Amino acid sequence: MPAPTLPSENPAVAAVNPSGYALEFDNVSIAFDEKVVLDGISFQLQHGETKALFGVAGSGKSTLLKLAIGLIRPDSGRIFALGEEVTRMSEQELFELRRRVGIVFQESALFDSLKVSENVGYRLLEEGISAEEIERRVREVLRFVELERTYDLRPSELSGGMRRRVAIARAIVTKPEVLLYDSPTGGLDPVTSNTIVELIMKQRDVYKTSALMVTHRLQDAFTMATHQFDKATNQMVVLPKGKQCDVPMSFLILRDAKVIFDGDAHQLATSRDDYIREYVS
Amino acid sequence: MAFELELISPIEVAKDFALAVQDYTLLSAQSLANFFRRPLYMGDMLYQADLIGVGSLPIVILTGLSVGALLALNAASTLQRFGGITLIGQLVSIGMVTELGPLITGLMVAGRNSSGMASELGSMIVTEQIDAMRALGTDPTKKLITPRVGATAFMLFFLTIIADLLGLIGGYAVAHLIFSLNSRQYWTSVWQILVFRDVFTGLIKPVLFGFIIATIGCYYGISTRGGTQGVGRSTTQAVVAASVLILVTDFFVTKLIFAIFGYR
Repeated sequence: MPAPTLPSENPAVAAVNPSGYALEFDNVSIAFDEKVVLDGISFQLQHGETKALFGVAGSGKSTLLKLAIGLIRPDSGRIFALGEEVTRMSEQELFELRRRVGIVFQESALFDSLKVSENVGYRLLEEGISAEEIERRVREVLRFVELERTYDLRPSELSGGMRRRVAIARAIVTKPEVLLYDSPTGGLDPVTSNTIVELIMKQRDVYKTSALMVTHRLQDAFTMATHQFDKATNQMVVLPKGKQCDVPMSFLILRDAKVIFDGDAHQLATSRDDYIREYVS
Repeated sequence: MAFELELISPIEVAKDFALAVQDYTLLSAQSLANFFRRPLYMGDMLYQADLIGVGSLPIVILTGLSVGALLALNAASTLQRFGGITLIGQLVSIGMVTELGPLITGLMVAGRNSSGMASELGSMIVTEQIDAMRALGTDPTKKLITPRVGATAFMLFFLTIIADLLGLIGGYAVAHLIFSLNSRQYWTSVWQILVFRDVFTGLIKPVLFGFIIATIGCYYGISTRGGTQGVGRSTTQAVVAASVLILVTDFFVTKLIFAIFGYR
């Protein structure tokens, strides 16, 4: 298969202030109907880093992503995204911030009344960009996810994996500085999951976009830690033994509303915590 | 399997109700304030106007004609006893223009569109499309609610005029074909009885009803919780709440207009 062309390099990444974090949670807690979902969560996501977030179902992973861009508000604690304090911003101010952050929802959350091209180009249209420019960028990003042929289709005509890839295309079309993935491979077959992981890796290694990826599939995160995207062959390749990926990759594990692990692949593999060892095995 | 019956405290119910009223009031105020803030989403407003206005036209035509004809039929049996069959035009005119035209149109559109809005927005909530919209930097109240409020209030105004006219035609058909009333006599009495207050009452109500239909439909839609079952619940609640609120508002608006302009 010929290698699809890649969108132009992301100027936004270079403009990021090197000091501070792409994302920071400081002692964040939230409860729903008196059930504590997150309790005193603190962690940082460096610029250019990819962090995989694990936890059993109902451990607050998706809640954490929504908190990161102010879709929901914490009961206490502070959250910073791209140097701005999300927890202090009004909804109007958050709309501006969210334009710099891309999010892929668990079930894709594509607008079912719009075509694929309109879904992907939605944010560009909102920004008042010309129709020709929108079409060019939408085609470019659909080519990136290898779905240009779906340009005129509706989300209902796509498979689950294709919808997920369109959701990724929609999230990256504006070249965001941070990407949030909510279980991007959840409910997909292994082959399609692999395609999605490769796509996330491509975004990570080509554009060095900071990313927080919620998943319950440990193998996806390990694949990301042990592989690198090769631009020349347009596919992921295994990293030589002992060599680390150019882009920092870390792991965060939630249990009983708290962070029980925050470290790299080596620290995760050598952890002496029984729960983590069981989780990893 | 044992089911536990959970008793809900009346204080909790009152608190929930007060909270719902507060949320609805805020949503309504925001939907109005959005008319003065950019972007206005005129395309969405026109689309909704077509969906609500043109889409509701068949039911408005049918109900307008039927209500006018029924009003004439029922009034005639009483008027005939007193030899006042010539007054039938006046009765249909006043009844349709001030009360039944706006009310029946409002209730019909509420049944059709409040439910539609609640189910559409409810589905968007449960599939995270509203969250996606917010995440993409768009204010859902501007993009989804304000165009629906504007389009419903605007189109209900014209739908009511159509319903009024068809009600008068329905009344005429009964008066002329069944009770052999002269056409000129009917239309003259229809025209002459109406004063400014009647027309004003009949035209202010659909704007208010349109606002109620859209804001209630949208409120229940975006308050949807509990998956597809929740969408069904919101849809039913929206129709019930919009219909009840239309009837209550109708009473108070009529009373207010009587207080301002005096009784006939």
